[in-house]
Amino acid sequence: MGPEELVQVTPRGLYCAAGDFYIDPWQPVARAVITHAHGDHLRGGSREYYLAAAGAGLARLRLPTDASLHRLEYGQQVSLGDTDVSLHPAGHILGSSQIRVERRGHVWVVSGDYKRDPDPTCAPFETLPCDVFISEATFALPAYRWTDTRTVAREILAWWQENRSRGLASVLFAYALGKAQRVLAELAPLTNDSVFVHGAVAGLTEVYRAQGIPMLNTLPATVASAVNYAGALILAPPSAAGSPWMRRFGNHRTGFCSGWMRIRGDRRRRGYDRGFVLSDHADWPSLLQTCHESGAKRILLTHGFTDALCRYLREQGVDAAALRTEYGAEE
Amino acid sequence: MRRFSKLFESLDTTTSTLAKIDAMRAYFETAEPADAAWAVYVMIGRRARRIVGPALLRRWLLEEAHLPEWLIDETYASVGDLAETIALLVPNDLGDSGADLSLNDWFTLRIQPLARQDETEKRRLIVGWWHRLPYRECFLVNKLLTGSLRVGVSRSLVTRALAESLGQPRAQIERSLIGDWQPGAEFWGQLIRNEANLHVAHPYPFYLASPLEGEPEGLGERAAWLAEWKWDGIRGQIVRRGDRCVLWSRGEEIITDRFPEVVDAAAGLPDGTVLDGEILAGSGEHVLPFSQLQQRTGRRKLSPKILKENPAQFIAYDLLEFGGQDWRARPLRERRGRLERLLDTRARVLRLSPVASAGSWEELAVARNLARAKGVEGLMLKSWTSPYGAGRQRGAWWKWKVNPFVVDAVLLYAAPGHGRRSNLYTDYTFGVWCDAELIPIAKAYSGLTDEEIRRLDAWIRRHTKEKFGTVRSVEPTHLFELAFEGIASSSRHKSGVALRFPRILRWRTDKPVAEANTLADLRQLLTEQHSHAAQ
Repeated sequence: MGPEELVQVTPRGLYCAAGDFYIDPWQPVARAVITHAHGDHLRGGSREYYLAAAGAGLARLRLPTDASLHRLEYGQQVSLGDTDVSLHPAGHILGSSQIRVERRGHVWVVSGDYKRDPDPTCAPFETLPCDVFISEATFALPAYRWTDTRTVAREILAWWQENRSRGLASVLFAYALGKAQRVLAELAPLTNDSVFVHGAVAGLTEVYRAQGIPMLNTLPATVASAVNYAGALILAPPSAAGSPWMRRFGNHRTGFCSGWMRIRGDRRRRGYDRGFVLSDHADWPSLLQTCHESGAKRILLTHGFTDALCRYLREQGVDAAALRTEYGAEE
Repeated sequence: MRRFSKLFESLDTTTSTLAKIDAMRAYFETAEPADAAWAVYVMIGRRARRIVGPALLRRWLLEEAHLPEWLIDETYASVGDLAETIALLVPNDLGDSGADLSLNDWFTLRIQPLARQDETEKRRLIVGWWHRLPYRECFLVNKLLTGSLRVGVSRSLVTRALAESLGQPRAQIERSLIGDWQPGAEFWGQLIRNEANLHVAHPYPFYLASPLEGEPEGLGERAAWLAEWKWDGIRGQIVRRGDRCVLWSRGEEIITDRFPEVVDAAAGLPDGTVLDGEILAGSGEHVLPFSQLQQRTGRRKLSPKILKENPAQFIAYDLLEFGGQDWRARPLRERRGRLERLLDTRARVLRLSPVASAGSWEELAVARNLARAKGVEGLMLKSWTSPYGAGRQRGAWWKWKVNPFVVDAVLLYAAPGHGRRSNLYTDYTFGVWCDAELIPIAKAYSGLTDEEIRRLDAWIRRHTKEKFGTVRSVEPTHLFELAFEGIASSSRHKSGVALRFPRILRWRTDKPVAEANTLADLRQLLTEQHSHAAQ
């Protein structure tokens, strides 16, 4: 491996030897630069964490209290070892970053998870010219193309209203961090109703509110027999599906917000009544667009349908390769 | 099409039975009669003759999607459905959708006329629809073109919705929907006026047995039950009325021309007789394996030679109509009594189903254990007092099958599944030892729980040895117990054997792969089975 290999995969995670830091390591390390606060990217046990100031509140909730955090503004450069490192918006969730590493005029960018669709809960993706681009590939098949978010938000509202007209509760499953808040923000211009939220969603939503992001009012989805859930919308993490926690809602319909809902078989298998195609990852056209716009001569892929995107890029004449990482494909 | 598409969406976006019935009722009560008839036709799983096959559609998709072939294959493997893959990959980029055309018009003005077009014209029309229809309508039209649309409702659910909507008993609706009918306004009118079943040769809905769980002692007195052999053939109904004699399959197809000797024999029955029974290969007592029947069903033309070399017979076990009267409500004892005066167990072509006469449940269990040697699947137990029902109604008819064969085999290959198993590796190939090598012996798709499927899928992705297109080979690591109903020698398989109806019984995490069965074990089974059949 030549000296130009700024970032490489090691047993502990993506490692930059010139700067002596890891990016989203899956084992404890001395110095970790973090793209975002989802569990497969931010793990406890490391000594020092570098992350975007906008995401620090979320990281605080998820890390031990004694973890040492370095908050960086987007675009702010810090010197780590022999490298200059800066964080730039990835558009994935609040505080999500791409990590730009520069050494002697040579630039590598690690995307983390990202999307190009507008999202009122986080800063929009920033295109970064670079020599080597390390991209995610969660939805790297041409079947995955997202519908306009506004349209999906109106579908959610229509579903909620239809269930309400039948006296049913609407339980909408969404990732507790990021997706749930995006749904609350996307619905805000469309209605003034309150939404009940699962405990796992409530605390994270408060962090978003503290950043001044307009979202629908939320109420805890308590067992209290005083609450009548008929006609209500409830936001919950997918792990709550089928659990005893659901009993409190009486007659209800279930929905799931995820890019995986693009495929009918996927939705039917998971047994939700309704699937809403709403993803915090880049779809196929966005992945191609982003790889192209980066101007990178070399593209490395971390997780998802890496083989398909890798082969496609190679056939387009791009030097591409897949890396073996431990990032997940849950959404 | 929009209304039907909305109905499809309602059915596809709920898991609640009541919500599905509501959606169908709302559609039946407001749709144009012709559209309603077509919707019923499609929802109960009827399919018109296929106008265009999947190979052609796939080729046109390649030409229209502007993506490399391997990427389309990869996407199709992941989506698990060709109609959906087309709807996802072909851009909806030409205006004027055609989604406003009614369902009836789609069939009669667009899809059916395709049959008269040559391939170039078919391509031009179909590809034009792909580019003009919105996603869901595009998916639906592709499904209608290729013949099968599973909308998440069973036939009985459609019957229930129709019964509620039209205010008729379900059995009446069942009868109306059976047989050979042409969808359209005329049929819908007949359905509403209860005239749809008056066709002279219409069959009755088949009554289906349920598998017996537990021991037969739970059924009470042995004397209250008729025990017959469970034959491995094609379920059929002979309808002999007026000057016609028609043989129906359980799939509600007329198969009269497949089995001329059966129909000839049945022509001698009195006018107004309907028999339920099983079509078997072989003549008289000499029953041949099920595979012999395929010589009859698989061919377009039956030569005199084939008819002679592959004789068929009909074993009758019930009498549904006699003297032009519907006998189904009468108790089995009376129907069987009449049938015994009509037919004989010793006939060569049209035979009475023989009774397994063991006097006690214990003796019957012994008889059942000989079933495999006799070439049957087990026993049927029918209450002497039971009427002839419709569909699968539990309680009066039970099938008491012999236990299946089992083999411990090793997972060798996996391919992505279809439908609700899209995006998961669920189509498995298993092998057994032959010297130091594992030889593939069977493919199986069913038997694991969802949780096991997920675990195995994740494992397969991480332990892929090689990829052949969308198929992956894996390290021989996991052992599975497979069940199967029979074994035959086969020159088309490398192993030299073919298993009948293999499925996964359980994941043997307790056993190493070294303890999988061997090909010699299976060959042994093959010889045993043959020596039994020869006796």
